[in-house]
Amino acid sequence: MTRLSRKDWLVLCSRPPVILDGAWGSLLQQRGLSAGTAPESWNLSHPDDVLAAGEAYVQAGSQIILTNTFGGNRISLARHGLADQAAVINRTGAELSRQAADAGLSRQSVDAGPSRQAAGAGPSRQAAGSGALVFGSIGPTGAMLMMGEVTAAQMSEAYGEQAEALKDGGADGLVIETMADLEEAVIATRAAVSTGLPVVSCMVFDSGPNNDHTMMGVAPAQAAEALEDAGAWAVGANCGRGPEDFLPLCRAFRAATRLPLWMKPNAGLPEFEEGKTVYRMTAEQFAGLVRPLWEQGGATFVGGCCGSNPAFIQALATNPSE
Amino acid sequence: MDTILNKLTRCIEFGKTDKAAAWPPDMKDQDGADELALRALEEGHPPDQILDALIAGMEVVGRKFSENKIFVPQMLMSAKAMKAAMTHLKPAFESGAAKRKGTFVIGTVQGDLHDIGKNIVAMYIEGSGYEVVDLGVDVKPEQFLVEIDKHPGCVVGLSALLTTTMINMKRTVDVIRETHPKQVICVGGAPVSEKFCREISADFYSPDPQGAVAFLNRLAS
Repeated sequence: MTRLSRKDWLVLCSRPPVILDGAWGSLLQQRGLSAGTAPESWNLSHPDDVLAAGEAYVQAGSQIILTNTFGGNRISLARHGLADQAAVINRTGAELSRQAADAGLSRQSVDAGPSRQAAGAGPSRQAAGSGALVFGSIGPTGAMLMMGEVTAAQMSEAYGEQAEALKDGGADGLVIETMADLEEAVIATRAAVSTGLPVVSCMVFDSGPNNDHTMMGVAPAQAAEALEDAGAWAVGANCGRGPEDFLPLCRAFRAATRLPLWMKPNAGLPEFEEGKTVYRMTAEQFAGLVRPLWEQGGATFVGGCCGSNPAFIQALATNPSE
Repeated sequence: MDTILNKLTRCIEFGKTDKAAAWPPDMKDQDGADELALRALEEGHPPDQILDALIAGMEVVGRKFSENKIFVPQMLMSAKAMKAAMTHLKPAFESGAAKRKGTFVIGTVQGDLHDIGKNIVAMYIEGSGYEVVDLGVDVKPEQFLVEIDKHPGCVVGLSALLTTTMINMKRTVDVIRETHPKQVICVGGAPVSEKFCREISADFYSPDPQGAVAFLNRLAS
């Protein structure tokens, strides 16, 4: 039962920009999540706070929100002693985002009625300017294949488990994010693709002389080719750098693939001030710098990563095509 | 002149661990750091000279890395080759026939579970001739104190990946300085900067492992 058919997907992709969400971790920290606690554990212990983060993005204008499951693979969760709860953490994460997306729907479309089915899934809801789609977030394991810290088979199993649980929880699609190692990104993509859901695969480009390689030395063209081969429906970049550095990335991806592009830059680079981390970029500056990504760079999906918040998404979503 | 020590330097530079290793493809079926280090010892080369040859290779790797000519995987392969060669030198270190330049105590600060960057720095510093005490991730300030007392004259290195956990670097520096006001402390990690280093009164920041080794070498000389 795929919620988002190929046709729905094509319709969605034909109307750039599709507005994504921003950072989740910082919203949870404002609600008391402490450094060192696995943010994903809040899906079980603080579901109302996770729901509130999702709702804030839906209200800000996100057409797609992600899930609080970035570190939800069992290899990452094992560092917090939570490996055995991987399935329930991911399923609940998807359910919470689903609930946030549907709450936005019932608030915004008065005539559509409370039932999601009645309003119709996918782009038809989008067209009515109501509700949001949910894409399950899948981040890296933090273990290195080339150093033998984990095997490809273990990785594939962990990602497969996470992807299935996100689907069970009601995700419309899956997003592989912040990958530095191409082999790991390909393994995660294949595992996600096997659920039958649309899959977006992104890597983090923050190294090399022009900040256009991943830490492991992967360039956008290489990433595009390998991830498309692995079955990704869209490819792109997230995190690492601010929006200025994403225009060259868009162009490099665009030259290498015809797949839709997904771009989630940080709100610039962080500074440290009086014991606190601050991002100086304003929501309006961010929106101004993200605009060229779809106007000139060929991006379809745009949102924010570290340092962004619902105000940034609202700035993006306000008259984006003007 | 292609001496065995030159060959050893090249094995480190290009990450050739042993004869069976497939990497790098153009050194296939050649002896690697493992075989060459053992043979150099058997041929009577002093362990100190062998160590210098290894360090020379690592220096080239560090330079290429900081000049963005190579990326993490090549660095890791070189570290792997270094490790293979060092296994043979271990008895020489224990007997005192070869000496390390100093001790570096490294760890990812409390609350942060990321270790890739920390491991790379640890491997590079070890490959540059230092004894490295790796305390792992989520290291409490008190754990650093224990190691500082065990290794007088050591330099401490703090790592953090997240903007939320780099705050704990300040607390770690403060706790260490309470009892060890002159302890030398280096900081590094994706969100860390020179400015942040100054603000928390740490002694040194480098964006790459090569800079850290240059700093350690200045202290040791």
